[in-house]
Amino acid sequence: MYLLATFAALKSPLYQPTMLTISNLQAAIGDKQILKGINLTVNAGEVHAIMGPNGSGKSTLANVLAGREDYEVTGGSVEFDGKNLFDLSPEDRAAEGIFLAFQYPIEIPGVTTVNFLKTAMNQIRKYRGQEPMDAVQFLKRMKEKMALVNIDQSLLSRSLNEGFSGGEKKRNEIFQMAMLEPKLAILDETDSGLDIDALRIVAEGVNKLRSPERATIVVTHYQRLLDHIVPDYVHVLYKGRIVKSGPKELAYELEEKGYDWIKAENEAA
Amino acid sequence: MMNDFKSQLVSAFQVSETLLNGAAELPLHQIRRAALRTFEQIGFPTIRHEEWKYSSVAALAKETFDLSGNSRFTADDLGPLHIPNLDGNILYFVNGRYRADLSRIVSSPDDLIISSLAEALKANPDEVGTYFSRYADFQDNAFTALNTALAADGVFIRVPDNRTVAEPVIVRFMVDTREQNHAIHPRNLIVLGQNAELTVAESFRTLGNGKALTNIVTEIVLGRDARMQYYKVQNDGDEAHHIGTTQVQQADNSHFYATTVTLNGKFVRNNLNIVLNGQHCEAFMYGLYIPNGRQHVDNHTLVDHATPNCYSNELYKGILGDRSTGVFNGKIYVRPDAQKTNAYQSCKNVVTSPDASMNTKPQLEIYADDVKCSHGTTTGKLNDEALFYLRSRGIPLAEAKTILMYAFAEEVLSHIKIEPIRAYLSDIVREKLAM
Repeated sequence: MYLLATFAALKSPLYQPTMLTISNLQAAIGDKQILKGINLTVNAGEVHAIMGPNGSGKSTLANVLAGREDYEVTGGSVEFDGKNLFDLSPEDRAAEGIFLAFQYPIEIPGVTTVNFLKTAMNQIRKYRGQEPMDAVQFLKRMKEKMALVNIDQSLLSRSLNEGFSGGEKKRNEIFQMAMLEPKLAILDETDSGLDIDALRIVAEGVNKLRSPERATIVVTHYQRLLDHIVPDYVHVLYKGRIVKSGPKELAYELEEKGYDWIKAENEAA
Repeated sequence: MMNDFKSQLVSAFQVSETLLNGAAELPLHQIRRAALRTFEQIGFPTIRHEEWKYSSVAALAKETFDLSGNSRFTADDLGPLHIPNLDGNILYFVNGRYRADLSRIVSSPDDLIISSLAEALKANPDEVGTYFSRYADFQDNAFTALNTALAADGVFIRVPDNRTVAEPVIVRFMVDTREQNHAIHPRNLIVLGQNAELTVAESFRTLGNGKALTNIVTEIVLGRDARMQYYKVQNDGDEAHHIGTTQVQQADNSHFYATTVTLNGKFVRNNLNIVLNGQHCEAFMYGLYIPNGRQHVDNHTLVDHATPNCYSNELYKGILGDRSTGVFNGKIYVRPDAQKTNAYQSCKNVVTSPDASMNTKPQLEIYADDVKCSHGTTTGKLNDEALFYLRSRGIPLAEAKTILMYAFAEEVLSHIKIEPIRAYLSDIVREKLAM
């Protein structure tokens, strides 16, 4: 009885354990300091939008969380599910449940999406001490997730992203996310370059994965994606700091007024 | 002053000559004598020779090798050399000598006339003489000269006009060094009649830890409308030297596809020379080399566009690890008459260690004015962006590297149409790249 009760508590939307704690995070590329002290807490079940003008550090934040080595972390800490994120390689972060949907997914000739995903899934399962997924199970899951993002089998049998349109690349990112079922999905400007139909498909894919155990960080320049993926919180990043946080209505305010008032407010201060 | 190996080779020729009796007066033997004289005059090339600038045979020239062709190799030794599921005509040569006991020929003699060169020389010296040394020039090539002088065996193939040989011919050259060092000089002659079609694979293996030298020459003559797939697969031992020339002569509208895969060997030099000597010929050349340790792989290709309206396309790829070195030299001649030539060449390399190096040299000499020619070479590291992408999906760094390197190599392997050989190579490539 006791075990059951605990389980129920975990499943309850009221119970929101902290998933990600970013404290005073600073990062640089070369000599250039880009993140200058980010503080952010993301709980399971939440969707956070990170907005901000170009060059404010949004993509840097997304990439630092995924472990891209081009950036040097110069201060602060990030805890993910109780683990120090900076102790983990990019592959271990993925295995722990972090997923980055790339702003510019790279083309990899000679590696098909299907084979690549099979390898990725089984490596993640290995990390977690699970047996490899059998072919039947894998295909079943693939079919299900393909439908979710309206992606064609023929596309997945081709070399990864090679010759894909912008929209196909982004859908492939969301497809991979659906396959890997991460705890924390970070969408880096997933809306950029998408027409309104592709945007809707991508957003639906993301929404279907929303659950009380998972969280999403949506990095975007524009409010339009947030019409489809409705965030719980909106944060405005400016010059490497979060200068404003608020409910989803903040996104509308930004859409209406642009970023100038944020800039003005912060330059004045 | 003569070095050891050179004097050993010259005296071996003289001994073989005494055993010839009347055959010494045949025109074919006069060619051999001329070849030996050339070898005596020019000797082994040094790095001062432009064609050998990055490939030194100085150490090789100091070695001594057994030239007898003797071996205790039996069918029991084939086990580890087995290529799974391989069907077709499979011919074994051990230390340069044909081994009928290990070989099998399955194609109909109507489609495929095939024998060892030694047999052909005895049974039909005139026919061999029609082709032997007519294409592979030895004047400025000591190794071809040496091969021409000393070659005793190899494979002789003729496909009559309008015949398509459905089964591939796989010629396996084994050097058994378990008892001593061996040098072999195989010579292959492959003649396709008009509208004939054939697939041939040459495979090279070494047994034992002794030193080996394979100095091979293959002459290929394609009649009008003939089509040939030619694979050269090198998976030699760590102490094996391979120096080979494949000389191809194409007549009108013939198609030639070559894929050269160098998996292993201490020192490898492949010359692939193609003469497009008829209109509307097509020649495709693919190459893959994956040296590690201190291995050296040198591919020299030459496409001679001697006639108008021909097409050639070339893609060589290398993955070089440790302290290995590679050379790619791609010559394209477009002769004054060869208008409407299309000639393309590309050489791409990935260097996975700071101590590995690659020398690439495209050489285009174009004397016609209405042609399309292009060439490009790249040498770089694995793409960091691609590595990060794979890792961000949970694939560990080492595995991600192997995946990217294999994908790079696969573009060449995919041109091998004998599926069991492709699968066999694919496994070995994966294994070596994962090291």
